[in-house]
Amino acid sequence: MNKKIVEIVDTINTSQVYAELSHPHSGGICVFVGAVREFTNNEEVVALEFETYKSMAIKELDKIAEEAFEKWQLNAVVLQHAVGAKKVEEPVVVVGASSAHRSECFEACRFLIDTLKERVPIWKKEIFKNKSVWVSAHP
Amino acid sequence: MKVLFFGISKDIVGKSEMEISDLTKKTTVNDLKNYLKDEFPEFSNLTSFAVAVNSEYAKDDVSLERNDEIAVIPPVSGG
Repeated sequence: MNKKIVEIVDTINTSQVYAELSHPHSGGICVFVGAVREFTNNEEVVALEFETYKSMAIKELDKIAEEAFEKWQLNAVVLQHAVGAKKVEEPVVVVGASSAHRSECFEACRFLIDTLKERVPIWKKEIFKNKSVWVSAHP
Repeated sequence: MKVLFFGISKDIVGKSEMEISDLTKKTTVNDLKNYLKDEFPEFSNLTSFAVAVNSEYAKDDVSLERNDEIAVIPPVSGG
């Protein structure tokens, strides 16, 4: 049985992900965690604020998980993204995959985060001291 | 028809939901995009924007029905 977890959450709990991906047939578990970075183009970021179109985001996350199961022999896949205000060093996204051997889960993990960033309807606003900016909105 | 707005598109129109009565019969995704660009010129300054119909990305030629859930999707920036 494959395990699949796709969620939009208020807070990412990075200590749960191992249990979520652990599987009797998996000898390799690969996880990517995205966190709030303090500087963007030398400007100090106070916080990031995430919002989502939840029903569509869950659908897209689910499609990405299913695509990963089709591309690689995986036993478990996790895609979780947080919403709300997040401070420097807080985790905002965690994705991961587990497989019999490491190469599949390494490749799948990169696919999961790259595809999530391309098409899941989640928006990030960078809050600086004197202004705030929706990321990627303008060319 | 009712349209949902997120991210910067919500800031542009000033609300998260809007009833658009100017668009009625035989409206497509492309018509909605043009309507928004006409009414709110800032839409033309965005990198791009998509429209979702019933929680799925919709191509420009898709027709919009009265009961569809329609949403404006500005450039995504999760992760």
